[in-house]
Amino acid sequence: MFKQKNYLALGAVVIVAVVLLSLPTRATSRLKLAVGSWFLPLFGLASASQQLPADLADSVLPRRELLKQIDTLRRENQQLRSQSVQSLAIARENDQLRALFNWQKQSPWKLKLANVIMRDPANWWRTVQIDLGTRDGLRENLPVVTAAGLVGRVSSVSLTRSQIVLVGDPSCRVSATVENAARDMGVLIAGGTLDTSLVELTYLASSANLKPGQSVITSGLGGIFPKGIPIGQIVDSRSVEYGLYTDARVKLNANLGSLEQVWVLFP
Amino acid sequence: MNPFQTILILSAAFLAVFGETVLSAPRNLLGAQIDLLPAIMVFAALNAGLPTIAVLAIFGGLWLDTFSANPLGISILPLMLVGFPIYARRDLILRDLPFAQFVIGAAASAIAPALTMLMLLSGGAELLVGWGTLWQWLVMAGVGAFATPFIFSLMDWCNGSLGYKLRTEVSFRPDREIRHSRKKL
Repeated sequence: MFKQKNYLALGAVVIVAVVLLSLPTRATSRLKLAVGSWFLPLFGLASASQQLPADLADSVLPRRELLKQIDTLRRENQQLRSQSVQSLAIARENDQLRALFNWQKQSPWKLKLANVIMRDPANWWRTVQIDLGTRDGLRENLPVVTAAGLVGRVSSVSLTRSQIVLVGDPSCRVSATVENAARDMGVLIAGGTLDTSLVELTYLASSANLKPGQSVITSGLGGIFPKGIPIGQIVDSRSVEYGLYTDARVKLNANLGSLEQVWVLFP
Repeated sequence: MNPFQTILILSAAFLAVFGETVLSAPRNLLGAQIDLLPAIMVFAALNAGLPTIAVLAIFGGLWLDTFSANPLGISILPLMLVGFPIYARRDLILRDLPFAQFVIGAAASAIAPALTMLMLLSGGAELLVGWGTLWQWLVMAGVGAFATPFIFSLMDWCNGSLGYKLRTEVSFRPDREIRHSRKKL
């Protein structure tokens, strides 16, 4: 029924697929980078077209509105300055106390702003790509946050781009603490497939006293995420495995569905 | 084979993958990321030759996996496995009927992601799968079904406007025409 050339074409495709799938990880990431660079002109065009309406809106903004915004920002700046002075004093005191008890000194994390340039086209992963890479000093497993809270971690890095695996992806597990009296600890795992704002907090103690609205932060265990990054808030909880442990649903603070800019944390 | 059609199909696949990575509105609106590559594969399988189908499967899959956390090359085989049976049976398919395009587009858009997931799961990957996956699968099949007739008309329009028709040789030659006339000797 089929001609020989049909089988040849089918065989060629199978061979190409098998060869690509058996390539080592380093070669695969290089190949991904090379193939991705074909799309660079389109990405440039897309970012320029996204910037254009914002530039147009800026150029037609009335002077009164601009002055109002400057006034608000000036007031906010003053507030932040006074808070900064207070936190500097607290940090100094903290350092002195740490030195007194011979505790290890904590160094503050540096931040680097990155633009989200694309999302994963597959439904079964929850990843995005940002416009920072190894040339900007990025490496694997650096935490990624927004002003609202934790977003995820860097999973792979190329020269100019990096892939961020978001909280809620099966490969991004986070050790978390509930901010209640008992400081209950659990592990943040993937939540629902449809709602990106909900994740599951599991392996909580069966006696955990959880209430909706309680804040969840990173515990600092695991070595990737520093302690105290806000993650979200408890929605509800249930006892699982005949009361062996407790699971809770957590609503994330960061809106993962509309990420535009994120901060990468450097130790 | 018309090379313009191959270029057109590959360009459509290129733009489809780019659109899927940049536009987050469909995902936010429908709760699922749509994939137009199976619909383009249906068009290629019903209108182009086997080399075009093979090239589309290889490059389409490669482009999709480049921007995804998928292992590179995993999407090539599902695309080919969707395109090849349609190509093999295309003489029996009423390819000009929008309803036929709709049904085949739905089937292709449902089978391709299911095969990819199956391959990933059999390779031991931990995927984000749940009851919501069923909804995402339905959305992908539905959008693919509606997109296929649209892609057919768009491609036909592009082919007609920008492409060229292959010149066909006819057996008629005016110099060999037998003239039936009464000549005066």
